[in-house]
Amino acid sequence: MIAVAADPAAVYALRLADDGLVLSHRLAQWSSRAPALEEDVALTNIALDLLGQARALYARSAELDGSGRSEDDYAFLRDERDFLNCLLVEQENGDFAVTVMRQLLFSTFQLEAWTALSESSDMQIAAIAAKAVKEVTYHLDHATQWTLRLGDGSAESHVRTQAALDQLWPYTAELFENDAVTRDVVAQGVAPDPERLRMEWDASVDHVLRQATLERPSTSWAPTGGRRGLHTECFGYMLAEMQHLHRAHPGAQW
Amino acid sequence: MVTTALERVRRVAGEVVDPEIPVLTIDDLGILRDVRVDASGHVDVDITPTYSGCPALDMIRADVASSVRAAGYADVTVNVVLSPAWTTDWMSEVGRRKLREYGIAPPRPRESGMQLLQIAVACPACGSAHTSEVAHFASTQCQALRRCTACAEPFPHFKEH
Repeated sequence: MIAVAADPAAVYALRLADDGLVLSHRLAQWSSRAPALEEDVALTNIALDLLGQARALYARSAELDGSGRSEDDYAFLRDERDFLNCLLVEQENGDFAVTVMRQLLFSTFQLEAWTALSESSDMQIAAIAAKAVKEVTYHLDHATQWTLRLGDGSAESHVRTQAALDQLWPYTAELFENDAVTRDVVAQGVAPDPERLRMEWDASVDHVLRQATLERPSTSWAPTGGRRGLHTECFGYMLAEMQHLHRAHPGAQW
Repeated sequence: MVTTALERVRRVAGEVVDPEIPVLTIDDLGILRDVRVDASGHVDVDITPTYSGCPALDMIRADVASSVRAAGYADVTVNVVLSPAWTTDWMSEVGRRKLREYGIAPPRPRESGMQLLQIAVACPACGSAHTSEVAHFASTQCQALRRCTACAEPFPHFKEH
């Protein structure tokens, strides 16, 4: 096990990096399985953007905490409890509606976060964010188009999309969770206030859901723990798959 | 002497081609950001990625280093800089022409949002302005897939970024 970084900005960068890596892996699981060739290409393109952002953030986190950890250390040599991604991104792909809805809910959050972070007091995080804003704008457009088509589509697609929304909604509360780390990075000017992000996210998501004739869930169940390394059951299986090759053949290269 | 070395290194580095679109040099793409040669002969080359996850970047980085070394400058560092973020507006006119001839519709100017809406993406095969987007994501991160309604040819579009 690798010790958890103590520097708040390093931990914050690690959380964002883990979000990107984990969602990237989930999307890559669609490769050769998407409903159409164009979607296969779209989802893996989005995965590649997220992976690129994650790599830059891992490098920044390792600089901030002075650990000198490599990308492979982060991706392949940490155990489940060391990953600090939010629970939303690790949720299984489900049917296409679940993947689209996860993408809508998370890309909206990322677009708000990256936009604010492009003015971070940490110049390197600001630079990563300014590039990511352009990329996530495409991701959100893609998710929005699909949400409208599926939500306001056939009776079957509407039912499935509403079910996907109901299933994933509880995990969105965690995106705006405030803890000692976020309070420190907000105070340092490194990161935006989660409460401000929540207001922008609410308005943006509500607008799309209304247009897609979907009903915003009213559940108050709000599981958290991802930011502290406590994950849902499906995440261990995903990690086992993602890390298998590197752990079976340490240092493998090709 | 230092000025001459700088010009030479800049030309050599700028001639490295993009492995995914080999008609374009990194100078055409606008991803070669800066070249510096100090008094001791140490060379610094700054490049910037197009997209964060661009898989060509590591190869471009290695190609730049080996080209500069082959030109006689053994002490070279290739830096990846992220800011300011790359935009297709940095692509040269020569690069846009080469793309079109290669069969890829070049990116339109982004500088003015209004202008972008008014300029159609022309088919690189027949020149028709009657084209439509088939998929926003295509074979590489920087391209979209379009179709020409005049000649029915599908073609990639280097999308504005």
